[in-house]
Amino acid sequence: MATAEHSDGLAFHPMDQFIVKPLFGGETLNWYTPSNATLWMAVVILAVIALFVLGTRGRAIVPSRIQSVAELAYGFVHKMVEDVAGKDALKFFPYIFTLFCFIVFSNFVGLLPKAFTTTSHIAVTALMAVAVFLTVTIVGFVKNGAGFLSLFWVSSAPLALRPILALIEIISYFVRPVSHSIRLAGNMMAGHAVIKVFAAFAPLILISGIGVAVTPLSILAIVAMYALEILVAFIQAYVFTILTCVYLKDALHPHH
Amino acid sequence: MSNTTQTAAETVTETAGHAAEAAGHAAQSAGMPQLDFSTFPNQIFWLVVALVVIYLVLSRIALPRIGGIIADRQSTITNDLAAAEELKAKAVEAEKAYDQALVDARVEANKIIAEARADIQKDLDKATAKADAEIAAKAAESAGRIDEIRAGAAKSVAEVAKDAAEAIVAAMGAKADAKSISAAVAARLKG
Repeated sequence: MATAEHSDGLAFHPMDQFIVKPLFGGETLNWYTPSNATLWMAVVILAVIALFVLGTRGRAIVPSRIQSVAELAYGFVHKMVEDVAGKDALKFFPYIFTLFCFIVFSNFVGLLPKAFTTTSHIAVTALMAVAVFLTVTIVGFVKNGAGFLSLFWVSSAPLALRPILALIEIISYFVRPVSHSIRLAGNMMAGHAVIKVFAAFAPLILISGIGVAVTPLSILAIVAMYALEILVAFIQAYVFTILTCVYLKDALHPHH
Repeated sequence: MSNTTQTAAETVTETAGHAAEAAGHAAQSAGMPQLDFSTFPNQIFWLVVALVVIYLVLSRIALPRIGGIIADRQSTITNDLAAAEELKAKAVEAEKAYDQALVDARVEANKIIAEARADIQKDLDKATAKADAEIAAKAAESAGRIDEIRAGAAKSVAEVAKDAAEAIVAAMGAKADAKSISAAVAARLKG
């Protein structure tokens, strides 16, 4: 729909795929209106239920294929939390696993043609990043009291440097949610936009002679970008999750 | 793809959209939909709903179940390994018992063989002794007869020699008494 054709033949609307609109028509988008974002979040929920609830229904000692995938995901994140943030971080495992599942499924269902990628929106990723930031900060102060501030006081550095380092550490601490959220949204948005741009070139063969060369090239480029996006979809979910673990480690063990 | 139909449809929606919310749409089409803050409450609301649902599904149902499955598997494996270890120990024990039985049997067999050999040896010795005695008796008897024959032969030789000597002396024209001839023959036979 986004590639509407105008008088010059080609039209580039690579960002139109990200427009949030009411799902059942209408113009006004209230906070409660079911939107295309709602639809694809629902798809993600169903996918999570299908994999982790229906897939493990058999509780088999020798797992079925789908149960193996569920166990693999569980083991992957469980090990990550344990290795990065420590054993006492395991009580946050359901929380981290929820984020991981939401992101990885959103990224992958967003790759379906015509799909809406919820994680390409800064509103979505920022909420998750801020949630992680607040959780980590609150846990840090509850667990360590004022001792959490020692995270900013680099005791291994020379005394003269410590105030400067503390300033840098504090700034970097508050920049965390920004980088945490923009990294994910930016990656998702850029990849999908690039695919859309190539897709806009694809019908050129119907319009002009130069399309004979351009159309196969753009189709090839779409395929290549798609493969890259599959990689990125997983890697960005992994990065978001492992950074959450790293931040949580700082909160639980602020002494470097 | 029917270009005309699509273009028409697009035009209709475009105009409708522009008419309805000109301001919002202008901001949207100019920049990124991500920065259209009017959609934020909607997205955030539904995201919170989605995250809460996923969290509840995972933490109430899925994660305890998967954790349980993995723990079950671990304990099954541990139990099986322990059982295997036990069976292996039993097998080793059984092998040892078998070896012991084998050694015992061999010792027993050796004893029986030795006894049998001793019995046979005794019988053999008895038979050998008896045979030796018989042989000795027969040999002694034979030796007696040989001596007899020899004695008889020696006597015959002396007589023949005496007769021959007498005949030779007579042929030479002399007369010799029997006494001196027998003495000469005896001396000759001795020498």
